[in-house]
Amino acid sequence: MKLTAMLSRREKELIKEIWERLTPVAENIGADALLRMFASYPGTKTYFSHLDISPGSSHLFSHGKKIVLAIAEGAKDISQLTVTLAPLQTLHAYQLRIDPTNFKLLSHCMLVALACYLGEDFTPVAHAAMDKYLSAFAAVLSEKYR
Amino acid sequence: MVKWSDFERTTIQDIFSKIDKDVVGPAALSRCLIVYPWTQRYFSSFGNLYNAAAIKSNPKVAAHGKVVLAGLERALSNMDNIKETYAELSVLHSEKLHVDSDNFKLLADCLTIVVAGQLGKEFTPEIQAAFQKFLAVVVSALRKQYH
Repeated sequence: MKLTAMLSRREKELIKEIWERLTPVAENIGADALLRMFASYPGTKTYFSHLDISPGSSHLFSHGKKIVLAIAEGAKDISQLTVTLAPLQTLHAYQLRIDPTNFKLLSHCMLVALACYLGEDFTPVAHAAMDKYLSAFAAVLSEKYR
Repeated sequence: MVKWSDFERTTIQDIFSKIDKDVVGPAALSRCLIVYPWTQRYFSSFGNLYNAAAIKSNPKVAAHGKVVLAGLERALSNMDNIKETYAELSVLHSEKLHVDSDNFKLLADCLTIVVAGQLGKEFTPEIQAAFQKFLAVVVSALRKQYH
C-alpha cells in the first residue's frame, strides 16, 4: 500500500506532532471517541459485550488508551505502517474480525474528539491530513482479512 | 415521519442558538473543499480554490457557506416535515446542479467537526448523536427527489 503518495512530508509532520501532543491524554481521547461512536452508531456496541463501556468505566479508558497509543505509534513513522501494524493486522483479521465499515465510524468519531479537544488548532489542513492518515491506518488494519 | 425525542429537539435548537452562524457555514464549506478536494468540481465558477488559504479567504465560498446554513435553519424551523420543506432544493441539486448526493454526507461531517471545534467539551457524545441524526434527515431529504 503506497502511502507516501497520499501524504506530503508536511502532513506527516503535522500528524506526528498532533499525536505526540495527545499521547499524555490518550485514555481521555480514546474513551471520548469510543463513547461518541457508541452514542451515534449503537450497532458498534455489539463488539464490546464483554466489557463495561459505560461512561467513566475503567474498561473504556484502558481500551481507548490502547487504540490511541496504537494510532500514535503508527504516526511516528508512517512509511512503516504495515510493519508497525503487523501484529494488530493479525489480531483484527483472525480474532476480533470487526467489520471494516466500523473503522470509518470510529475514525469519524476520533476526528470529532480531536476537534473538541484541539479547537481552532484542528485546522482544515490538519483535519485533511488526519482523515487521510486514519483511512490509511484502517486500510492497513484490514489487509489480512481476506 | 421522523420521530424526535424532546432531548433531540431541544439539543438541536440549542446548538443553532449557540453557534456563530456567520462563521460556521463558511467554515464548514471551506473545510469540505479542503478535506475532500474533489468536491471543488461543483464550484468552478468560484475563482481561486488553489490551496487551503485561497479557499478560506474566497468570498464566494463564504457567501455560499451562509446560504447552506440558512437552508439548515429552514429545516430547523420545520423539523416535522423536512422532506417536504426540502423538495424543491432536492430537485435543484439533482436536476440543475447535478451534485452527486454522496457529497452531502461529506459536508455534513465537516459541519459536525466545525461545530465540535466551536462548542468543545459541550459537544458531548449524546449531543453529537442528536446533531448527526438531524443532519442525516436533512441529507436524506436532499436525496429524495433524485431519480
